[in-house]
Amino acid sequence: MKKRICAITAAASCMLLALFSGCAGKKEAAGEVVVYNWGEYIDPDTIDLFEKETGIKVVYDEFETNETMYPKVEAGATVYDVICPSDYMINKMIKNGLLQEIDREKIPNSKNIGQQYYDNATEFDPGNRYAIPYCWGTVGILYNKTMVDDPVDSWDILWNEKYADSILMQDSVRDAFMVALKRNGHSMNTLDLDELTEAKNDLLAQKPLVQAYVVDQVRDKMIGNEASIGVIYSGEAIYTQRENPDLEYVIPKEGTNVWIDCWVIPKNAKNVENAEKFIDFMCRGDIALKNFEYITYSTPNEAARELLDDEEIKNSEIAFPDLSKYQDLETYVYLGDDGDELYNELWKEIKSR
Amino acid sequence: MIKTTLKKIYLILILIFLYAPILTLIVLSFNKSKTRAKWGGFTLDWYARLFRNEALMGALWNTLLIALAASVISTLIGTVAAIAIMHLSRKGRTVVLGITNIPMLNAEIVTGISLMLLFISFGFRFGLGTILLAHITFCIPYVILSVMPRLRSLNPYTYEAALDLGASPLYGYVKIVIPELMPGIASGFLMAFTMSIDDFIITHFTKGAGVDTLSTKIYTEVKKGIKPEVYALSTIIFVTVLVLLLLINKAPEKGEKK
Repeated sequence: MKKRICAITAAASCMLLALFSGCAGKKEAAGEVVVYNWGEYIDPDTIDLFEKETGIKVVYDEFETNETMYPKVEAGATVYDVICPSDYMINKMIKNGLLQEIDREKIPNSKNIGQQYYDNATEFDPGNRYAIPYCWGTVGILYNKTMVDDPVDSWDILWNEKYADSILMQDSVRDAFMVALKRNGHSMNTLDLDELTEAKNDLLAQKPLVQAYVVDQVRDKMIGNEASIGVIYSGEAIYTQRENPDLEYVIPKEGTNVWIDCWVIPKNAKNVENAEKFIDFMCRGDIALKNFEYITYSTPNEAARELLDDEEIKNSEIAFPDLSKYQDLETYVYLGDDGDELYNELWKEIKSR
Repeated sequence: MIKTTLKKIYLILILIFLYAPILTLIVLSFNKSKTRAKWGGFTLDWYARLFRNEALMGALWNTLLIALAASVISTLIGTVAAIAIMHLSRKGRTVVLGITNIPMLNAEIVTGISLMLLFISFGFRFGLGTILLAHITFCIPYVILSVMPRLRSLNPYTYEAALDLGASPLYGYVKIVIPELMPGIASGFLMAFTMSIDDFIITHFTKGAGVDTLSTKIYTEVKKGIKPEVYALSTIIFVTVLVLLLLINKAPEKGEKK
């Protein structure tokens, strides 16, 4: 009796195993591309168009932060063909050997991407071997013209006691330290302990003035006139201005962070050819335009910008700032595990105080 | 007198704390403007958009499917397991119950990551199947937990009497034991169902590309801000649950009146 039960359980578990691993073979037929992108970071129509034009099926998956994406890719639970991480994370993935080089010859539309964005990308991708820019933007100050009467052109305004309890800071280590480091004229990728301690003390001094450390609530709070000054990503600035015309976005004169999210192909990708086709499709002018209109984050795609009808957006200083006008623009790079820990440690001291 | 008014105020305060957030969400689901900061007028547009949003509807479908399958399967396994555990020696029972309780006390992220690693080493393809397996796994202990006390209070003699009267052991179980256990099984099922619908972390680690449940789908919208379609969906779910609860609470009253 007992033996028979054992045999039955064994057989059942074998069948279960076969069932789940069996699915593996069936679905992975040629003609598929597995894409891992930020949530709400693409116009769903463009995926349909791609499927219709190429016959390649898109398996589309989304992540919410670089940090939740990384362990899933590293563990290889699902094998992705195309991923869209941010600058510093691409840097980390290159250093840890998770990416493969992209042959730009096979992605002819990649020439639509402006040279200045490739140049900026060399900071985290030396030689532009791994990444094709997809979206980009700056970090700056959003302020309410009716509530702020001082000229806003410097990070200093965030330390102005006049606006106590009306200032919004980003609740993220690197962004917060970027503000403090840039204000003092240092690199935002510094590992110099003196510079970092100075930044930490500045942030501590600023803390009583800050209404809240927030992530995406900056938008709603600024639209609703709940705060007068906030640190925000340029892509959100356009949207907030549309909702509340009193808002103005400024890139501070001390320089800031230029972030770039790029398409990359992981080393273990199974459908490299389809991945190249997908990236190529996304670089096409009309498709990039559709995505720009959906996401409202700046596109590095010059062809898409040419296609824009709305002159106001086309020449918008927020969506397409002339980067050569600003000094000390930088992109985040991966600081290594020790560097990350140092920043986190200092940030914890600020937040817990 | 003062005491009762105080009691009432206290109760109202608690209700406000519990339901104010949900009410806000329901109101916002009718807001024409996309931002919570502005009231742009009344609209049903988000509801229309919700039903046209294939990704969200797909996620809703997945969530319900997984919750239903996981709770049915884990209820079956859990009930059978509980009966088996009952028949063990006292020492065996403590050991096995200890083992089945650990997953409940374990941090979800640990369960999630270890299931992911296990599935990788088995070479499973990540998708609906792996989410379902994971959900069954973490639901079973809850079923055992709610069936066990019922089993303990069971009168063993009714079952023995059935056997004396010529019932086969299987027949005896189906006709005598299972009906007695029904309240425990039902509450175990409901618990499993809600645990499965709720779960985010374990699902996040065991899901495959392109397969989303509501919780994972909503969470990915964080970067660009949650869209009002989600408010609309939450409102519908809330109202559905409310109606179901009202119906369930009404039903036994009617029965008693007879």
